[in-house]
Amino acid sequence: MAQVPMEHGLYVAGLLFCLGLVGVLVRRDLLFVLMSIEIMLNAAGMAFVVAGAGWQQPDGQIMFIFILTMAAAEVAVGLALIVQFHHHFKTLDADAARRMRG
Amino acid sequence: MFELLWLIPALPLAGFLVIALMGGALARRAVAVIGVGSVGAAAIVSVGVAAQFISAPPPGDSLTQVLWAWLEVGLLRPHVALCLDALSVTMILVVTVVGFLILLYSAEFMGDDESYAWFFAYMDLFVASMLILALADNLFFLYLGWEGVGLCSYLLIGFWYKERENARAAMKAFIVTRVGDVGLAVALLLIFTSLGTLQIQEVMRRAAQEWAVGSNTATLAAALLLCGAVGKSAQAPLQTWLPDAMAGPTPVSALIHAATMVTAGVYLIARTNGLFSLAPAVQSVVAIIGVATLLLGGLSALVQRDIKRVLAYSTMSQIGYMFLALGVGAWSAAIFHFATHAFFKSLLFLGAGAVLLATDEQRDMFKLGGLRAEMPYTFWTFVAGAASLAALPLVTGGFYSKDMMLWNAWTSPKGSPWLWLGGALGALITALYAFRMVFLTFFGERKSVVSRRPGPIMRIPMGILAVLSIFAGFLETPGWLGGMDYLSPFLGTALPGLPHAKSQPAMELFLQALTSLLCVSGVLVAYLLFVAHPEVPDRIAAIKAGGWLQGFWFSGWGFDRVYEFIVVKPFVRIALANRGDVVDTLFTGLARANEALHSSLSRTQTGKLRDYALGVVAGAVLAIGIMVLL
Amino acid sequence: MILVWLIALPLLVGILAWIAERRGVGLSRWVALAGLFVEFAIVLRLWADHPIRMLTPGRATWLVELKLAWIPQLGISFHLALDGLSLLLVALAVFLAIAGVLCSWTEIQERVGFFHFILLATVTGIIGIFLAVDLILFFVFWEAMLVPMYIMIATWGHEHRRYAALKFFLFTQAGGLLMLAAILGLYFVHGRATGTYTFDYGQLMAASIPAGTAMWLMLGFFAAFAVKLPAAPFHTWLPDAHTEAPTAGSVILAGLLLKTGGYGLIRFLFPLFPGAASAFAPIAMTLAVIGIFYGAILAFAQTDLKRLVAYSSISHMGFVLLGVFVWNELALQGAVVQMLCHGISTGALFIIVGQLQERIRTRQLPRMRGFWETAPRMGAMALIFALASLGLPGLGNFVGEFLVLFGTYTASPGMAIAAAIGIVLATVYSLWMIYRVFFGPRKDAVKFDDLDPRESILLVVMGAVILWVGLFPQRALDTAGPTLRALERHVAGSTARMAGKPDTTETSLSRWMGIVLPSGRDRDR
Repeated sequence: MAQVPMEHGLYVAGLLFCLGLVGVLVRRDLLFVLMSIEIMLNAAGMAFVVAGAGWQQPDGQIMFIFILTMAAAEVAVGLALIVQFHHHFKTLDADAARRMRG
Repeated sequence: MFELLWLIPALPLAGFLVIALMGGALARRAVAVIGVGSVGAAAIVSVGVAAQFISAPPPGDSLTQVLWAWLEVGLLRPHVALCLDALSVTMILVVTVVGFLILLYSAEFMGDDESYAWFFAYMDLFVASMLILALADNLFFLYLGWEGVGLCSYLLIGFWYKERENARAAMKAFIVTRVGDVGLAVALLLIFTSLGTLQIQEVMRRAAQEWAVGSNTATLAAALLLCGAVGKSAQAPLQTWLPDAMAGPTPVSALIHAATMVTAGVYLIARTNGLFSLAPAVQSVVAIIGVATLLLGGLSALVQRDIKRVLAYSTMSQIGYMFLALGVGAWSAAIFHFATHAFFKSLLFLGAGAVLLATDEQRDMFKLGGLRAEMPYTFWTFVAGAASLAALPLVTGGFYSKDMMLWNAWTSPKGSPWLWLGGALGALITALYAFRMVFLTFFGERKSVVSRRPGPIMRIPMGILAVLSIFAGFLETPGWLGGMDYLSPFLGTALPGLPHAKSQPAMELFLQALTSLLCVSGVLVAYLLFVAHPEVPDRIAAIKAGGWLQGFWFSGWGFDRVYEFIVVKPFVRIALANRGDVVDTLFTGLARANEALHSSLSRTQTGKLRDYALGVVAGAVLAIGIMVLL
Repeated sequence: MILVWLIALPLLVGILAWIAERRGVGLSRWVALAGLFVEFAIVLRLWADHPIRMLTPGRATWLVELKLAWIPQLGISFHLALDGLSLLLVALAVFLAIAGVLCSWTEIQERVGFFHFILLATVTGIIGIFLAVDLILFFVFWEAMLVPMYIMIATWGHEHRRYAALKFFLFTQAGGLLMLAAILGLYFVHGRATGTYTFDYGQLMAASIPAGTAMWLMLGFFAAFAVKLPAAPFHTWLPDAHTEAPTAGSVILAGLLLKTGGYGLIRFLFPLFPGAASAFAPIAMTLAVIGIFYGAILAFAQTDLKRLVAYSSISHMGFVLLGVFVWNELALQGAVVQMLCHGISTGALFIIVGQLQERIRTRQLPRMRGFWETAPRMGAMALIFALASLGLPGLGNFVGEFLVLFGTYTASPGMAIAAAIGIVLATVYSLWMIYRVFFGPRKDAVKFDDLDPRESILLVVMGAVILWVGLFPQRALDTAGPTLRALERHVAGSTARMAGKPDTTETSLSRWMGIVLPSGRDRDR
């Protein structure tokens, strides 16, 4: 079967990661920020899977399972924080929380 | 008697302490008794000491009494010690006797003053300091007396401190003389460093051994001493403080600013004559300063309106004569004139004081006049003083001392006809302004009310001083007039004499006749100008050049304005410009820079989560970039 | 043990005075005063008990010495010692502390007990500085004295007290840190050279340090002492601190804190780094002369009376700096006498300013005039101390200044002449001050009482001491003499040695900065 070169997979993962990063940086809505973080996590996971497949090793897939678990936990905590945030600031705009300005 | 030497300065000092510490508790009479009595007692002791000194001179014609070791550090061992020799005997006699007479006069003169006790305290302290100055055995101790008299002068010029002008004059006097004192202080440093001692006789001995005549060190040392002398004795160019010093009570002017303190410079130069002999250049400068000041002072005295300022300029001018004599090496003549000047000038001041007291402080001579009939006693004593000042021939003390100085200026190896000419011209001017003062004050129409005449306590000192100023001259007369010489041989034990000039009686007589003629014509011109034709001076002043000269002389040759312009104003401007301390801006600037840095950095802390994330990303990119590229 | 008591007694008395406040404010004052008198008696007793002999040069110039182990592993010991020099300064410290208590009698009305505790704590630190001969112990006292002083200025000071206190603290702290670095540097350099790691003054005196290193270390010490002295241009904390401090604070600052700088220069800087200090002397002397002029000119320009006196301090301490760096017997003696007399005369002037401020609620010269008429006793006392400050012969400051000048002239006539000209400027600002405050017609609106007996006695005693030193300085000179001569000989000896054997192995600063703690700790004797 025609192998997709590992580099291509990694490029896609990198692209995905950057998309997520840009999302984190430019979106003000916390919900979207959280989603962008999920994208970044998945991009990292994809990189693992691609690398694991490329080197014929199972570790990449194991790492992906770890990331999946962690992402689930993170979403749970993150959403809880967002709920609290909304409760407190009556908005989901991340820039509203800037009490630590110097 | 010699063992009582220490009492001479100690008695006035004790008087000062008693009055200063218990001044408030003492009655006026008690203050006067203590103040005058302590100086009187010192005068008695001085006379006793002097009598013994003359009748049974101590070995070597000098005597040292060590009171205690002041300090001993390394080679610097100045003692608090008194030294008695012919020069200091003359000094202490004049200081205590004149001081006593003037204090006695003040007992009545100052009678109404609210700070009576302070006055006597300061005066006693002054006499004590002056005696220390005269008796000091080393230059360090002399410096104590030197500054002590300066302090008392300051306190007494500013005695009526409620007038700002008086306080200002006091400050000016102290600061200007201190400028000269720096010279004296540096002279002390130089002499000690190169000779290893400050004991005066030892200094002169070692200097003669170690320094060549005209060597740089000797010249520098003498020049520095001259600096101090010029400041204290109000000689050009540091003379400006003396006219303003007349702000003090009149007895103060008589004692401090005529008879004693201002002649301290003359005394200092005479005391350290050995150093000046080693520095002929400086000695010529002394003579030139003397001539310059005697003309400057005389011409300024000619146009003053304030009677005390006339006397102040006159004092300056007479001390100029003494400097002239010192400059030509006629040490004894200078001291002789110091003595006669002390008598007649203090007499003139006391007379002026009596006039001021009578006319309610009317100092302007043009508003006085015609007091001859009202105050005959004051008039006659004043005339005696003025005659002596003008050096009227034969009958006055001033004639003999001035003659001796002028003759020495002509004949001394260091003298010159030019110096003589300056002195002779000065004699004419002196006669002119002395009798201008007499005529304006006592002749003509009466313009002021005489409210009070001097009582006996003021009259006695005036009388004694009048007698002294007439007869003190007979201590020393020229050869054709009896050839009495009591003073020069006596002073000769302490001061070197002049190399004996070849006797030129004819020349001497001719010059004497010439100066006498000048003096008498000065009096006559004064009579013509101020009694017979009083309108003439005004007419002269109306001419442009005459008016300009009058203004120029009146202001004391504009020295004050020049100093104001080149010293005082720049100093004040610099000081005020830097009032906030420019160095501090350096440190506050450092603080400001820190603050600026802080605020610019703290601005990056926006509090926005996204900005921090951006920071993290940027940092990561940077780190990875560096890793990849390097 | 007497030395420990000398240091501890003021602190204990301070604590007692703090406690006594509960029983009444007056009691607190009396406790402090009585305690200080006891301390003063001890000092005088020490002075009387130990006739100052001609001591042999070297280690044994101490009259009393106490050495206890403190942190032997690091070569730090609790080492106190007293010689003539420190005796004089300790006596001055206690004397001025008494003056400080007396002049605050009515001025300080808030937190009186705490005030006395702070005052006495400062004095404790200062006495410690004069007695410590272990460099770490010295540094501890050096820093310990700052804190109470800071509190005093910041708590009882005038309008801008926070600013002044902070400025004071930052300046001295910066200097102190540089000194700490230099102390550590000296420790390691000496330790590496000899194998003995110690902070002991006597042993470090014998250290031979490469010239380049010595210069850096010396500059570290100089920074601390020059800030304290203060030498221009590190003086700018002083006018603010003096002006804003309460009267007692100004007295302690001017009278004692500045003296710790001068003392440090004499005791530590020159003996520890003879070569470097001599090489640096021309610069330091120039700074001194600049300070003399700069302080005097600025003093003249001030309109705040207290600031005027503060700037005059800078001018006077220029003479101390000059005297120390000339480093011969005359100049050193002069510097010591100048320190003593400046402490008293300037302290007294500050007290007078404080009394004026207490009465008329201002320190501004334009609002004063003709006070002689109102308060002749105050005027007379101010005049005496102004005269002392302008160097009138017969008063102590004259002896100090002239000894410095005599000493300086042998080393550098130009500097001596310049400094002598500075005396004219001292005349200008001193007389100007008297003129502005006391002469002229009285301001009618202003009326106040003349000095009361407490104030009069305090000032009269201070004036008497100045006069006594002026007329009979020999007692003081003899007391400090042996120490100064011994130090001078030590320095002369080491410079001669160094001249004979030029040290070419110049180590850079970085080399000793990189050194870690010594491993062989037992080598320390």
